[in-house]
Amino acid sequence: MDILVTKKVTKRFGGLVAVREVDLEVKEHGIQSIIGPNGAGKTTFFNCVTGFYPPEEGDILLEGRPITGFSTDRVTKRGISRTYQNIRLFKNMTVVENILVGMHPHLHSNIVGGILRDPRTNKEEAAAVEEARRLLRFMKLGGQGDRLAKNLPYGAQRRLEIARSLASKPKLLLLDEPTAGMNPSETQDTMNLIRQLRDELGVTILLIEHQMRVVMGISELITVLDYGAKIAEGTAHEIQNDPKVIEAYLGRGKVSGSRAQPSATPPISTASTER
Amino acid sequence: MKTETSSSWKKAINSGLISGLISVLITLVGLVESFARSDVIRGVFTLGEIILFAPVIILTFSALKSASNSSKTTLVCISAVIGLITGFILTLLILLGQAVDLRVMFVNASPSLFNMLMRGVPLPLGALLPPLLCVLVALLILGIYLIPARPRSAIIRGLLWVIILGTLRDQLLLIDLFKVPAISSFLKQVIFASSGLKPIGALLIFVITAGSAYYSSVRKKGTATNQSIKAQKTKRIITIAALAVVVFSLPYALGIFYTEILDTTGYFIMMGLGLNIVVGFAGLLDLGYVAFYAIGAYTMGVLTSPGLGLFHLTFWQAFPIALLAAWLAGIILGLPVLRMRGDYLAIVTLGFGEIVRLLALSDWLKAYLGGTQGIQGIAQPVIGSLEFDTLQRLYYLILIGIAILAFIAWRLKDSRLGRSWMAIREDEDVAQAMGINLVLTKLLAFSTGALFAGMAGTLGAAKLTSVYPHSMTFIVSINVLVMIIIGGMGSIPGVFVGGLVLVGLPGLLTEFAEYRLWFYGLALVAMMLFRPEGLWPEARRKLELHEVEIDRELPSSEVASAGQ
Repeated sequence: MDILVTKKVTKRFGGLVAVREVDLEVKEHGIQSIIGPNGAGKTTFFNCVTGFYPPEEGDILLEGRPITGFSTDRVTKRGISRTYQNIRLFKNMTVVENILVGMHPHLHSNIVGGILRDPRTNKEEAAAVEEARRLLRFMKLGGQGDRLAKNLPYGAQRRLEIARSLASKPKLLLLDEPTAGMNPSETQDTMNLIRQLRDELGVTILLIEHQMRVVMGISELITVLDYGAKIAEGTAHEIQNDPKVIEAYLGRGKVSGSRAQPSATPPISTASTER
Repeated sequence: MKTETSSSWKKAINSGLISGLISVLITLVGLVESFARSDVIRGVFTLGEIILFAPVIILTFSALKSASNSSKTTLVCISAVIGLITGFILTLLILLGQAVDLRVMFVNASPSLFNMLMRGVPLPLGALLPPLLCVLVALLILGIYLIPARPRSAIIRGLLWVIILGTLRDQLLLIDLFKVPAISSFLKQVIFASSGLKPIGALLIFVITAGSAYYSSVRKKGTATNQSIKAQKTKRIITIAALAVVVFSLPYALGIFYTEILDTTGYFIMMGLGLNIVVGFAGLLDLGYVAFYAIGAYTMGVLTSPGLGLFHLTFWQAFPIALLAAWLAGIILGLPVLRMRGDYLAIVTLGFGEIVRLLALSDWLKAYLGGTQGIQGIAQPVIGSLEFDTLQRLYYLILIGIAILAFIAWRLKDSRLGRSWMAIREDEDVAQAMGINLVLTKLLAFSTGALFAGMAGTLGAAKLTSVYPHSMTFIVSINVLVMIIIGGMGSIPGVFVGGLVLVGLPGLLTEFAEYRLWFYGLALVAMMLFRPEGLWPEARRKLELHEVEIDRELPSSEVASAGQ
């Protein structure tokens, strides 16, 4: 079953078409990736799905219901949560508070409850803090809860951002370059963590990566964007040998040369679109 | 080694130039002359002299601190150079003053000022006096600097107390408690002269304050670590109880002069608590905050003043209506404005503040709001048979008001709503992507802040029994904002500290009133440079009660060996 379906999503900035008629289906409980060179429109596509930008054309469906043009808070309440390419934590709040903000849609205390601290509010707060601590332990951030987010080391900030987005109990988690700036061993750890999220928490994961190598191991399906359009889709093996993908990453000259191996695996015909 | 000495020379010359220029500035704005006759210790030195030498004192001290590894001769040279340069710049000022009439530009550059700088000695020799004195002062500072740390800080504390108490002589004698004959005669015969302190009184104060500072620093070193939690808890309870007793007895112990200041400080603290929610928690810069104070005060006036004759409600009948009016005003202003960010929001709120003031001032609404004359005869609160008609009685009402507002602010800070506010302050887009409804959350911040200011307005109107459009100016908004910045953005105790420092203190130092804005600017710049987080910065609540490992600094011996 597809949890997220986008149909011909297009986003323009003036004359520039950042995302061009992208169709995408994300399977429930899967790990899928979007890759593409710099400026391919990956993050813009994420922004369209999460409501940061309304797409000019096309439909976005979450579990079969349209969320096209929704504001970010409504998208989050429907069950999509995301991280950012450049870490965007609430820097001057503590780690636990960051998580608690992430839980916002699931908490119900209002201004009166906040002032009077009635038993219901207290119970809700205590349960939320307890859950936040459990989430932190799961993300290997146990014991760091009272530090300010800005004082965490880089890798921990990345993990905290994922933890914060998990706090809203999303059905679909969008990760925007979760391994940016990490060394190979940290990258491997993060990939293992992502797999763990899917296996243990049952979240569907869609991630953006810049480097193909990173996503090869864990993605069940890889979609390749270039100049805003989908140019290929398939398994890691299929993508690796797709001449269009090689062209997008390495340039046309190389493709016509010795590295093009169109005969090795034919690209999936339904997935590629003309540019 | 050679480069080191040359760099410390350079530093000394720099410090000297800065200190000299600041001294000239201080002299020309009239600070020195205004306080030339207010003695700190009668017959020994005046406040004017302290102000004149303050730049030398501060810059010498900081220069010595940064050159602490140098040899004693270098230190002597540094202090002497700073003193000499400062003095010579003052000499230049004197000579310039003789050659040209500076009064065209600087009103205060009168012959009497130059005479004062030369301490009455006629010209050729007198012009050499400032360098001599500045060098002496700088060397005196060096002397104090060379004392070991603990006695030194005790001595500095003692000297500061002498200066503070000497400066505040007149104000201290206004305290009701000191008017008790026994205390009063003791103070007048031993401590205070007709102006400033008596030498013997100054000595007494110095010995007591420096001695107690030294004693407590010695004792602290011994017992700081091995206090049980229970002992700390009882100590805290005792401190709070003592504080409560002091706060409750203040208006009658201090008398009417001080109560007036405390009441005014109280309104500003109430406003500060409100603006702290808007600016400190939610990060929405509101420069027209006084408008909500005005709306609270004017609603109270319109509803209760017999002078206008529109309504004849009592204070308590009008009170909820006034709060509601301020709250609604917050929402009405908030709705169109909250889509704007940062600078734009600040400009629009600034405009709103001016609109409210001009409406109150206008002839168009004169029949309802009193125009330039404002509204008189506003009702004062009555509970049962207790009329809150004096400043001292009103103080308790303000105290209750502050307590309620501080409680609300404190509770909200660590609630779901408070977290939403802070998330918006940190990153608006991400906050929204976390599921926070921006419009609703911002409106709640704005309207809660407005409500706080409205409450301050009702009590302010009751205190004066009148409101005037002239007291609703932009500078009040700025005043409250500066209070929050100085106290520490988002910090509730910071609001109290800011209020006491920026409203209470200037109220006390009435002779400094002319230099108030000067002081504000100075305080703000100094704050941003040396303590940008504020005097009492916000502390985040601990939710995960684990021991957090903090990277310990290397012991100094290791640092030293690593450096070699």
